[in-house]
Amino acid sequence: MNHLDENPMTRWKRFKDNDIVWSFLSSPGAMIAAVVASVMILACIFAPMIAPFDPFDPAQISLWDGKLPPTWVDGGQSRYPLGTDNQGRDMFSTILYGGRLSILVGLAAVCLGMVLGVTLGVIAGYLGGVTDAVIMRLADVQLTIPGILLAILINGIGRAALPYELRDEFAIYVVILAIGLTDWPQFARVARGATLVETNKEYVQAARIIGLPSWLIMFRHIVPNTLRPILVIATIGLALAIISEATLSFLGQGIPPTTPSLGTLIRVGNDYLFSGLWWITLFPAVALIVLVFSVNLLGDWLRDALNPKLR
Amino acid sequence: MISFIAKRLAQSVLVMAIVSAVSFSLFNFVGDPVNNMVGQDATREQRLEIRDKLGLDDPIITQYSRFVGNILQAEFGLSYRIKRPVDDLIVERLPATLELVFVSAVISLFFGIVLGIYTGIKRNSWISRVILSTSLAGVSLPTFVIGIGLIYLFAVHLRWLPSSGRSGVVELGWWKTSLITLEGWRSIILPAITLSLFQLTLILRLVRAEMMEVMRTDFIKFARARGLTERAINFRHALRNTLVPVITIIGLNIGGLVAFSVVTETVFQWPGTGLMFIQAVNFVDVPIMAAYLVFVALLFVIINLIVDILYFVVDPRIRLGG
Repeated sequence: MNHLDENPMTRWKRFKDNDIVWSFLSSPGAMIAAVVASVMILACIFAPMIAPFDPFDPAQISLWDGKLPPTWVDGGQSRYPLGTDNQGRDMFSTILYGGRLSILVGLAAVCLGMVLGVTLGVIAGYLGGVTDAVIMRLADVQLTIPGILLAILINGIGRAALPYELRDEFAIYVVILAIGLTDWPQFARVARGATLVETNKEYVQAARIIGLPSWLIMFRHIVPNTLRPILVIATIGLALAIISEATLSFLGQGIPPTTPSLGTLIRVGNDYLFSGLWWITLFPAVALIVLVFSVNLLGDWLRDALNPKLR
Repeated sequence: MISFIAKRLAQSVLVMAIVSAVSFSLFNFVGDPVNNMVGQDATREQRLEIRDKLGLDDPIITQYSRFVGNILQAEFGLSYRIKRPVDDLIVERLPATLELVFVSAVISLFFGIVLGIYTGIKRNSWISRVILSTSLAGVSLPTFVIGIGLIYLFAVHLRWLPSSGRSGVVELGWWKTSLITLEGWRSIILPAITLSLFQLTLILRLVRAEMMEVMRTDFIKFARARGLTERAINFRHALRNTLVPVITIIGLNIGGLVAFSVVTETVFQWPGTGLMFIQAVNFVDVPIMAAYLVFVALLFVIINLIVDILYFVVDPRIRLGG
């Protein structure tokens, strides 16, 4: 047994005195955001266990129950707390499953962008010279065009390249690819900047002198030291990716209505808004906004907490 | 100065070269251009004839240089779906988008700068706190959700404003404007607010950060020490120095507005270039997609170039240092 286990108090104290944990515990906004975000994310992950209905199972859907308002409105049924959509699917369950898809696509897209961006950024920063110039020019060129347009375009090309029958089936991967390829330059810029700082430090010099290969220095030694600023961008990037997915789906370019994401649900609901069926749009929209808002708040707090200037 | 501009120009040309290469490859890799032009029952001879006419058997370099030559003459061919020249379509729909972007830019810049200065100076007042929290919510609200909300409130519920489309259009030569009739303003106001909100929050936060930065500098402290009035400090000294970054903001702002006009135009069925682009993507109408890409890239390159040059002209630190 080592001495840390003998005294749990010191261990807890050390954890509490960690600057990030301390900043977290002294910022009520960040704590509320963290709670809201985790509850939503967990609820969506465990959707199959929580949701009263399975919206993908035709046996559980009845068109007779279509367009029912929420429970507390006249004509609502207690079986469907948030009402039903045009096809008779329980809104509450559909939102849980939809949120699951939105979060999944968001996370996957951010991971893709992060891996791509950090890899290219670290390579550019470490190798310098022509490699650096080519990679960063490419990032500059891509940043000239706003992300959402590029995502629409990549997504459109991806869909067009697929045979018609496969489009719906692969839609989710195309969307992930489109959003991930759109946000790598942000990661590349930050990773490159951090790499330039790290490369001049003694541990990298030492690693060079003992003859480690470049790739090992880059990915074993430099990458872990660039992760703090990357984490901030990844959090804000997650909020943006969820919005991008929702926007693509809303434009009819993203996730198909058979397996709806939050954006698809809002799009479908929008068609019924004029006939007064407000709940089909409102609840998915509220879920989307609360999710993105809490992730944004977390990102904001993280940026301040990790910024040495503000400490 | 000249070397600075030359460098920027070179970069712009590079951007356009890459974008035109991408848009050229759209034609070649997305679907078969011949299939897109002839019907199902075209004979083999007809197909070969079209292949020959389009020069699809020429070397790729020849095809690309011909493509660039056509772009330089604003010649993008016929839309696959509408069967009309793409450049005509763009020119026809451009006024709608530009007017929408213009009105949104005015709204977002005016309110963004005013509120940004206010929250930057009165950092601790409760109004500033409310404005700031609202602005964070604004960043989290997807544009299309704002649009749907406004439509529901003002068009479906209150019935004050039309829910979609562009009405009250008057022809001024080839430019069709909706800004000189009341009906036109009624139809542009909701999409313009929708489009401007996100940019407004961004501008607000940037101006506020900039203002706070300037307020910390020595010359403001010195101005205070000299006993100048708050008013003189805020407007004569601080504001002037925050205005330089505002130029960049305007550039970014117009870029962002053009990009998100795609979303806003879809929500409000506003007959501009953005809506045309989304419809083209839906139907894989490659000529329109390619033309829109080149057009938007050109717009952004020009905006960035102007911003860089203005920056250079306005800020003596860059001029003398660089």
